[in-house]
Amino acid sequence: MEMPDPDAAILSRKANVVDRLQAVLPKGSVIHETTELRAYECDALTAYTCPPLCAVLPGSTEEVAAVLSICHEEGVPVVPRGAGTSLAGGALATADAVMLGTARLNAVLETSFDDRYIRVQAGRTNLSVTGAVEDEGFFYAPDPSSQLACAIAGNIAMNSGGAHCLKYGVTTNNLLGVKMVLMDGTVTEIGGAHLDAGSYDLLGLICGSEGQLGVVTEATLRILHKPEGARPVLMGYDSSEVAGQVVTEIIKAGVLPVAIEFMDRPCIEACEAFAKAGYPMCEALLIVEVEGSDAEIDAQLGRITEIAARHEPVELREARDADEAGRIWLGRKSAFGAMGQINDYMCLDGTIPVSELPHVLRRIGELAQDYGLAVANVFHAGDGNMHPLILYNANTPGEQEKCEALGADILRLCVEVGGCLTGEHGVGIEKRDLMLVQYDAPDLEAQMAVKDVFDPAWLLNAAKVFPLSVSASRRAA
Amino acid sequence: MTPTTEADLAEIIGHASGPLRIAGGGTRSCGTPAPAELLSTSGLRGITLHEPGALTLVARAGTPVSEVRAALRAENQRLAFEPMDHRALLGTTGEPTIGGVVAGNVSGPRRIAVGAARDFMLGVRVVDGAGRILKNGGRVMKNVTGYDLVRLMTGSHGTLGVLSEVSLKVLPDVESAATLTLSGLSDAQAVEALSAALGSPFEVTGAAHDPEAGKTCLRIEGFADSVTYRAGRLQERLAPFGPVEVHAGKDATAATWAAIRDVTDFADRAGDVWRLSVRPSDAPALVARSGAETVRYDWGGGLVWLLMPEGTDLRANLGPFQGHATLIRAGEATRRALPVFQPENPVLARLSAGLRSKFDPRGILNPGVMA
Ligand SMILES: Cc1cc2nc3c(=O)[nH]c(=O)nc-3n(C[C@H](O)[C@H](O)[C@H](O)COP(=O)(O)OP(=O)(O)OC[C@H]3O[C@@H](n4cnc5c(N)ncnc54)[C@H](O)[C@@H]3O)c2cc1C
Repeated sequence: MEMPDPDAAILSRKANVVDRLQAVLPKGSVIHETTELRAYECDALTAYTCPPLCAVLPGSTEEVAAVLSICHEEGVPVVPRGAGTSLAGGALATADAVMLGTARLNAVLETSFDDRYIRVQAGRTNLSVTGAVEDEGFFYAPDPSSQLACAIAGNIAMNSGGAHCLKYGVTTNNLLGVKMVLMDGTVTEIGGAHLDAGSYDLLGLICGSEGQLGVVTEATLRILHKPEGARPVLMGYDSSEVAGQVVTEIIKAGVLPVAIEFMDRPCIEACEAFAKAGYPMCEALLIVEVEGSDAEIDAQLGRITEIAARHEPVELREARDADEAGRIWLGRKSAFGAMGQINDYMCLDGTIPVSELPHVLRRIGELAQDYGLAVANVFHAGDGNMHPLILYNANTPGEQEKCEALGADILRLCVEVGGCLTGEHGVGIEKRDLMLVQYDAPDLEAQMAVKDVFDPAWLLNAAKVFPLSVSASRRAA
Repeated sequence: MTPTTEADLAEIIGHASGPLRIAGGGTRSCGTPAPAELLSTSGLRGITLHEPGALTLVARAGTPVSEVRAALRAENQRLAFEPMDHRALLGTTGEPTIGGVVAGNVSGPRRIAVGAARDFMLGVRVVDGAGRILKNGGRVMKNVTGYDLVRLMTGSHGTLGVLSEVSLKVLPDVESAATLTLSGLSDAQAVEALSAALGSPFEVTGAAHDPEAGKTCLRIEGFADSVTYRAGRLQERLAPFGPVEVHAGKDATAATWAAIRDVTDFADRAGDVWRLSVRPSDAPALVARSGAETVRYDWGGGLVWLLMPEGTDLRANLGPFQGHATLIRAGEATRRALPVFQPENPVLARLSAGLRSKFDPRGILNPGVMA
């Protein structure tokens, strides 16, 4: 993956830039020693590394504004960073960029259970938002698997989803407002504790803009009361066609599960070896979870298992208690860890229309064979968001390139059947050069025109989202 | 002008020499449109894809909402955000179109539980003011590929582009429903009761209050047993606010909430109609200083419909507040005197104007409607 060459003039002015930043931030908030900057050299797309010019850790919106004003004046690029768990290289720096970390922006500012929202500083981790309200029985719904580590700022930038978004939606459906600093240091609020925009939906535009339109410093989030309970059922099938059919029938029956997760044989085998969750060995495994009171859960699971049973499952296992529920989720939750044990892997996240599931799984199998690489599939089946994991060995010369080429082919396939390149991880640098597979030139031109409005000098996270050749003239200007 | 293809639409806009007024079914006139040539989307009609098992529907923008509803009903599905029908309130005729619903981000009482039109939008095709055909999003449920112009276009009232096709997430219809009512509560008590219900695990999908009738209403929907169970639990929870009556039945519940959704109470009454979106607990105090003749609360208090004496500047009466007020129904003179949409702070106003200049460089799409 290519990155723009750093601006030599900026590199030569490093000391001056660091001085100016230190002058507006508390002691210890500017990191500029080469060894310390290693911590900021990559996100969770670890194949690509580059330490920034320096990193800053502001503790307030005012400090963020001061940093951005200086960078704007100096013409220095800025890369915002939450917790660095992006799988798309969204938080990868260039050597001439100031990395703006949100780690110190982690306070809860306001909570209202009557009005069902919480206002936090944007560096706060996803799980600790729920942590701040769960004593009252509330939770923040979007739950990316990385929720222990990832920050709300990163969630907003990527419009992150989670296992439960079939029912509760993704970040954009749960975000009420932000405080944001534009690249020139201007501070503004968008939205608040009320619903919907009074004019253009700028909040909707910010969410998912991958840190290219402004730096988010505060967020107002919708919180909900927890359901009385939740319980999963596990079912195994001998073919992914049948499993796909079961998913469709469940959805059509009017039961809206909170989650429908799908794992294929390679994934089941790896998880079994790693977590010993007691999964059946079969071609396709589904975990379907529903919520409500005990009786409501029983009724919904009754409908689901009736559908499941009609399709001759090799296994159909309802959780009777929390312990059994935990066991059903255990394998799924350790899927990425299990893969990491055997191999290096690359995690894709294209989305497809659910009706295309069997066809796409078959084609992925064929493509994998052509490339001589193994692919395991684990994904959110209810909404068609796939996570093919391509296994490779980073130490074998040429294998990473091969893996990336296979990944690109799989994503092209997703687009070809009516889907998209990324359902929740974002474009970052990873899918940047594939954008023209999904969009035509005018579509990208329109998106870049939005950035022109918010960040005319293209200083904010500019090497992401758009193919470098397409954004070149703007970045150079 | 009534183009029948997207290419025609692009041609017309690309070659337009003056301002255009974009209409779907023409059931809603909004803003203070300048004189302009009428461009109707009603020729862009038809459902292009409905995949019930994937919960998706794609339709050309001029497709009547009634046609969309009928197709969904046949598969036991619905538009969960329950777009209101403006005809009674505004005294207009015509056929609401799905593109109009999206352009206005039109939602109903269920917005409080499941989201607005914007939350159900999966993709758009649109022709911008330069005549460029653009697409964003798609037809799948999860999509973060590039910037979210889908939400930018939703609610932009045709000022950034003319929608030619929209793609929506749809949901299964429910088996059963019930309305719970409380009587005689003050506005503040009512909002408190609605908050108590909405802050429960019992999945309330409607929360409204009518101060004139002294009636506070909650809706629950789902499988029959579950509705009965949750109605019982809510009765217990709301006991401190007085006795709770339960009116079970899907049809009766639908009728009750259609009237709330369409604010039909204000249809035949003189006066301006305003729509206020605020933090629910702020609503009663704002209403008290609004100068309204009467109001209706929806969204647990977060949405207030105000019937105001003609020509009154609601925003002046309210003073600074968090949220936004939109003028929905008023005579020509009032609409010229008062901004229809809540004025934005200077930073957002600058950004919005910047976006308009990019998507409609000649300023020909619905000029005067939003700014
Ligand atoms: C094991 C694992 C599991 C994952 N599971 C999921 C999942 O289930 N669902 C899902 O959606 N994602 C998942 N992810 C991806 C990742 O966790 C999400 O994209 C997450 O939202 C990133 O948050 P972060 O705080 O780590 O952001 P970072 O990685 O630090 O940054 C992400 C993007 O946000 C921008 N950004 C950061 N802070 C700001 C700010 N203050 N203002 C503006 N822009 C900013 C950055 O520039 C970058 O473009 C997973 C990742 C891992 C490693």
